[in-house]
Amino acid sequence: MRKFGVFLLAVVSVGLWIACGGGAQTEEAAGGTDAPVESAAGKKVDPATAGSVSGKVAYAGEAPAGARLRMGADPVCDKAHSEPVYSQDLIVGDGGGVENAFVWVKAGLDGYTFDPPSGQVQLDQQGCVYVPHVLGVRTGQELQILNSDPTTHNINPTPQNNRDWNESQGPNAPPKVKTCARQEVMIPVKCNVHPWMKSYIGVVEHPYFAVTGSDGAYELKGLPPGQYTVEVWHEKLGPQEQQVTVAASGSATADFNYGG
Amino acid sequence: MHRFSVLTAASTLVLIIAGGLVTSNDAGLAVPDWPLSFGRLMPEMVGGVLYEHGHRMIASGVGLLTIVLAVWLWRSEPRGWVRKLGAAALAAVIVQGLLGGLTVLLQLPVAVSVLHACLAQAFFCLTVAIAFVTSRSWLSAASSRPFRWPRLASAVTAAVYLQLLLGAILRHAGTEAGSKAEQIVMPALAAHLLGALLVTVLVVALAIRLLWSESGAPQRQGILLLGLLFSQLLLGVGAYMARVGALGAAGAPLRVWAATSHVAVGAALLAASLLLVLRMGRQPEWAETVPSRELAEEPS
Repeated sequence: MRKFGVFLLAVVSVGLWIACGGGAQTEEAAGGTDAPVESAAGKKVDPATAGSVSGKVAYAGEAPAGARLRMGADPVCDKAHSEPVYSQDLIVGDGGGVENAFVWVKAGLDGYTFDPPSGQVQLDQQGCVYVPHVLGVRTGQELQILNSDPTTHNINPTPQNNRDWNESQGPNAPPKVKTCARQEVMIPVKCNVHPWMKSYIGVVEHPYFAVTGSDGAYELKGLPPGQYTVEVWHEKLGPQEQQVTVAASGSATADFNYGG
Repeated sequence: MHRFSVLTAASTLVLIIAGGLVTSNDAGLAVPDWPLSFGRLMPEMVGGVLYEHGHRMIASGVGLLTIVLAVWLWRSEPRGWVRKLGAAALAAVIVQGLLGGLTVLLQLPVAVSVLHACLAQAFFCLTVAIAFVTSRSWLSAASSRPFRWPRLASAVTAAVYLQLLLGAILRHAGTEAGSKAEQIVMPALAAHLLGALLVTVLVVALAIRLLWSESGAPQRQGILLLGLLFSQLLLGVGAYMARVGALGAAGAPLRVWAATSHVAVGAALLAASLLLVLRMGRQPEWAETVPSRELAEEPS
């Protein structure tokens, strides 16, 4: 029996040792604190010379049909919809435009400073889906999270560079107000109570980002003249980026094409 | 007492399956608070809450069974080392409960989740061991040392436990695509595949010896081991296919059950190999310490 005890102790010890080895990864993944990031004083954008970048995110060919969301796990969610609800992970409009693509200026704005963000961005839980499915906020900007459903949700963002959190929000609960301190494209948000619920938040240090509508079009206004890397992110199609040059008071075009 | 310890061990296997369903359904954070659930003892059991709170309820039941078992053993078991097994099980279930709470409050850090999964298997081993050493077949001197390969059986048990550990790392480190923890998935997968090869070789070697034994019981044990091994290998392929999305979207029943069954059969294989270690390691003179009333109470 003593041998068995030693054996048991040994295997548990090995388990502890290996498990603790994985812990270092987790701490890194958890990110740091929510301390505000200070931006160094720099150039301000001159509205008189500001230009824009616009374009379309398109999908060539026939897009796969979205999976039907089965909400039977919660009768409240099931009753909230009279029509079938489909996944929003890839929505292609009639003209081939990709909806819910996040477009942002990834590089080229070094040295600029921007006015602090004003106003709140809303994320609602409505009919047991997130509305909107994809959204963007500035670093430090308040994100107001609402629950319009008569059921309890948990909101569980899983960032890599920002602090993660997980809180429940019952029916008629007051809105939650959160901020993200660091730029991160994108932060997945999920509800573990209703596992079909997913949303994505793009956190950007500057105001040059947009989410495409059903036509796939976007426009980034007020950009100072310069060379930029513009990136589009889509949850299913992945990222793409392009180099664009914006002349003084000029407009540039950057179309992104997937599929085909 | 034996029947009660069997009930505790069986409930622990159910608890492991319930825990596997929590992970497979990505429901570990469906209830953000602990020890209460949404500030209540009994929340509405919908969606992921069904799995997470259900797991907590079963865990509470197993905890209660373990307390009763440990106290029972402490008060009436004459063998000191068996009483200590009961105390160890009680300590393990308390730590396990705390780890379960911790992994929720810390939002499923890989280290804590893996530790929770591994301690679950170690606790299961303890309950299985208690059930066996309080059984008639252990207590009876007539069944002493029917098998002969304790080292090989120990190697099988250790290899299976390490496989469960690697499997736990795979399950808990890879839940978020693109996460930094996901970087350890590929090395863990490679180690898990090599481990599967090692377990297969060891189990087949042990089973062949058992099948060639003289009596019927070892042969049945050999067949059981082989059956569990091949079931586990098939379920492993299923769990991998589930992981890469070949069995439907996340949360699809086939995907959930392939991975959870892989965990459950792994636990059964661990228990079966541990029972062999105990059978083979049993010393004939241990039967002398058993009170005659224990033998009289146990059904044949």
